[in-house]
Amino acid sequence: MNALTSMMLLPLLGSLLVAVIPSDQTLRIKQAALGTTLLVAISGVMAWFKFDSANTSFQFVQIAQWIPSFGINYAVGVDGLALVLILMSVLLAPVVVLAGWNESEGGRWSAKVFYILILVLETMMIGVFAATDVFLFYVFFEAMLIPVYFLIGGYGSGERAAAAVKFLLYSLFGGLLMLASIIGLYVISGTHGGHTFDIGQLSELHKFMSPTTQNLLFLGFFIAFAIKAPVWPLHTWLPDAAAAATPGTSVLLLGVLDKVGTFGMIRFCLTLFPDASKTFTPVILVFAVISILYGAFLAIGARDIKRLIAYTSISHFGFITMGIFAMTTQGHSGATLYMFNHGFSTAALFLVAGWMISRRGSSTIADFGGLQRVTPVMAWSFFIAGMSSLALPGLSSFVSEFLVLVGTYTRYPVAAVIATFGIVLAALYILIPVQKALHGPTTPGNENLPDLNLREKIAIAPVIAVIVALGFYPAPLLNVINPASAHVLEVQGFTDPVPSESAGK
Amino acid sequence: MTFTAPVLNYAQLAPMLIVLGGALIGVLIEAFGPRASRHASQLFITVASLVAAFAALVRVRNQSSVDAAMGSVGFDGAGVLLQGTILIIALLSVFLIADQENFTALAAAVPGSSEERESLQLDLRVTEVYPLTLFAVAGMLLFPVSTDLITLFVALEMLSLPLYLMAGLSRRRRLMSQESALKYFLLGAFSSAFLLFGVAYLYGYSNSVTFAGIQASITGGSGNDVFLLLGIAFISVGLLFKVGAVPFHAWSPDVYQGAPTAITGFMAAATKVAAFGAILRIFYVAFANAEWQWKPALVLIAIVTMVFGSVVAITQRDVKRMLAYSSIAHAGFLLAGVIALSKSGLDASIFYLFAYGIATVGAFGVVTLVRDSAGEVTDLNRWSGLGKRSPLVASVFAFFLLAFAGIPLTSGFIGKFSIFSAAYETGSTAILIAGVLSSAIAAFFYIRVIVLMFFKDPVEDGTSVVIPSALTTTTIAVTSLITLILGIFPAPLINFIESSAFFIR
Repeated sequence: MNALTSMMLLPLLGSLLVAVIPSDQTLRIKQAALGTTLLVAISGVMAWFKFDSANTSFQFVQIAQWIPSFGINYAVGVDGLALVLILMSVLLAPVVVLAGWNESEGGRWSAKVFYILILVLETMMIGVFAATDVFLFYVFFEAMLIPVYFLIGGYGSGERAAAAVKFLLYSLFGGLLMLASIIGLYVISGTHGGHTFDIGQLSELHKFMSPTTQNLLFLGFFIAFAIKAPVWPLHTWLPDAAAAATPGTSVLLLGVLDKVGTFGMIRFCLTLFPDASKTFTPVILVFAVISILYGAFLAIGARDIKRLIAYTSISHFGFITMGIFAMTTQGHSGATLYMFNHGFSTAALFLVAGWMISRRGSSTIADFGGLQRVTPVMAWSFFIAGMSSLALPGLSSFVSEFLVLVGTYTRYPVAAVIATFGIVLAALYILIPVQKALHGPTTPGNENLPDLNLREKIAIAPVIAVIVALGFYPAPLLNVINPASAHVLEVQGFTDPVPSESAGK
Repeated sequence: MTFTAPVLNYAQLAPMLIVLGGALIGVLIEAFGPRASRHASQLFITVASLVAAFAALVRVRNQSSVDAAMGSVGFDGAGVLLQGTILIIALLSVFLIADQENFTALAAAVPGSSEERESLQLDLRVTEVYPLTLFAVAGMLLFPVSTDLITLFVALEMLSLPLYLMAGLSRRRRLMSQESALKYFLLGAFSSAFLLFGVAYLYGYSNSVTFAGIQASITGGSGNDVFLLLGIAFISVGLLFKVGAVPFHAWSPDVYQGAPTAITGFMAAATKVAAFGAILRIFYVAFANAEWQWKPALVLIAIVTMVFGSVVAITQRDVKRMLAYSSIAHAGFLLAGVIALSKSGLDASIFYLFAYGIATVGAFGVVTLVRDSAGEVTDLNRWSGLGKRSPLVASVFAFFLLAFAGIPLTSGFIGKFSIFSAAYETGSTAILIAGVLSSAIAAFFYIRVIVLMFFKDPVEDGTSVVIPSALTTTTIAVTSLITLILGIFPAPLINFIESSAFFIR
């Protein structure tokens, strides 16, 4: 069976398995969910090794007719870009299940529902990256909102219902704009060789579009992705959602779901509408740079630890968006690598923050102090995750942030220079909470916090390992990403700027 | 003058004749049958005649002729599909009607009179609702296959008169129910008058009452265009009233709220299919060549209907009124299919009608289950926490709402995609944009109900979910299954519609 299809079916079968286990056997349910996600992770790694990185066309392709009258296929396949993101998703899923072992217990519904939602979501996460049919992509893109909505609203804390609704309405609005664009593409494809949703065939279509049409269709897609990613000024749902959701859900939300936005920018905006992408690049770069700085400033001012992480993500997504729209191979490779690294560093931050919050009973940064002495393992984990988030050399994010900045500089030096201030601000927004919460004297209320237990250590270890390992040796990922990035740009005729020899004379 | 005996194709008329026969038997049972067994025998006759009519329809599905009844009835693929849809919806609705808890014991008794009390004590049942339903169904079957204006008018009256009565049969809040019936009747009579007026003008224009004759006159272009315009306008008023398009929608919220819920479901679903069937036929066949005369007005009505229905639904506090406004919005979406005036528009409309009708019956079926000691609870505030009381029922209702909102993996999404793409294909960009925006607005109030059911705590006021009867369970299960299956595997139905939907001219 096709590697991608079986990877999508596995969690679905797992959710059926969870569904038949009686609700009161919570441990069995958790074991089943963990087992399933581990199996999926293993098959993801196997697919990784089977993948031929020199081949730039889609691999593990499967195409079956779905709705032939509309030219809709069940079509899956991955290039380097999609594969990296799928790998990230399937590796994060078991970590989330293991790390959030007790997350489902404070919820509105049983643990069973929680794990069914997580597993269904995993199927859709794989599907959304694997789809090579625009319609199929859209179905996953929209349908995955529903499990996340219930995960936030049902198991979160604080203003969870309001946050869930805000998340859903923002996303649905973007999704409907995209639907209008998809209908536009569908109709245009009908007049040029028959209705299709195949991404390859659709990427030829821009030649037949008037600039206005192309710009409008581009905007439909881009706004949906900019909400998802999120790019300033469409970001306001994210801090609320991240603050209300459980740490595990937040990891999936920021680590995986938001990547669909930046992934979509490359896969759909650039590939389907190259001319419109060029037209809008200046504006988008401005938004991206604003995101970088604005997110960073908000993070510096944040009092709530979960909100802080959400704001840092807005800043990071600004970097990713900038790397994408720089339209250079380095920028693209950097952006893709950044997506992967951001997934892991955010996961580490959220998970450790979640443990800190559940131990202390508060999410206010000021309530913590001197954790370094009381809970050294937890404190060090947070420290490493934080350092990765501020892109310390030697940790994974450094490589990607560097590539993005270099890639942007060669074409848009001003944007790159301004964005560099984001790095300085990153040092502030990470070091301030690290200093407040981890270092210094242990403040009252923190003396008796327990350190990480074995389960938590097992959950965080692989994440930290990935962060450190990729910091020293990113080549395995870059070997897969680079050809894919070059291919995406080459297909639509984007070229890297040639270094000018006369610059110094 | 010689008299030619009418030549009727009985096989093609059989579905209608069977239903009418069943209705007549029902009347006889009402007159002569023993009271004790009346309910059972009426239910049996009704179900049997609907099933038999469906079987008769299946038998002649591949025939088509203009001469089913001397040029007054056109029997073709689109007609068969619409009639089949009406029969399926009617059958599912009858299962809901069979739960007599919602109906008054004696329709003729004055509310609050001693007669009414007596009838309640005797536990009488309004078994006359069954023959009334069958008469209405017969009218609905005739409505979309009428090919002359006189037959169209007769069919309209045949389906409307029983519905006026049925709207007044509610067991509780009888005054409101009767008021709604009277309102429906008066406004309905008014709109019938408009329709008749239009018939007269068109006769003046073309010297013919058949669709073919009108079409020929329009193509010939020799008639007085003022008569044509007035004729089209007045006929449209009469037909748009039945589907509840703005500005002819004023009756629908009151009638939806006042009528017994099972009847509301039947009316909302089946009337819409029948009336849109007639609209499609008359605009696609008779008025097709006068496209430029009616299209701009209809585009405007469609847009206003979508937006108005969605916006006003937001403020509703009653679940039945909310569904009424939602059905107004859907009438707007369906008009997009009429405006498309193409084969794909026709296919999309029929698919949409089927999907929407099924989901509507199911949703109203769920509404019948939420009750307190005084009958059904339709106040939305009292639905809060329903997800806690009865997770299954609340989930099913949420699923129907998601289908109305057009979320992927429900039939509503496929319907929305196909109807908007058909409209856009023929150049109605405004419809596409208005449709997408009003869908976004509509998503808001559907989600609000989901929030209410799942994320709010129950109020302790005696609201509960009754255990549904076997028949009600069947309806809800079947409708939700169809809604799901059409969302995931719509291809068979779409192919079937595509290959058989056409209008005979």
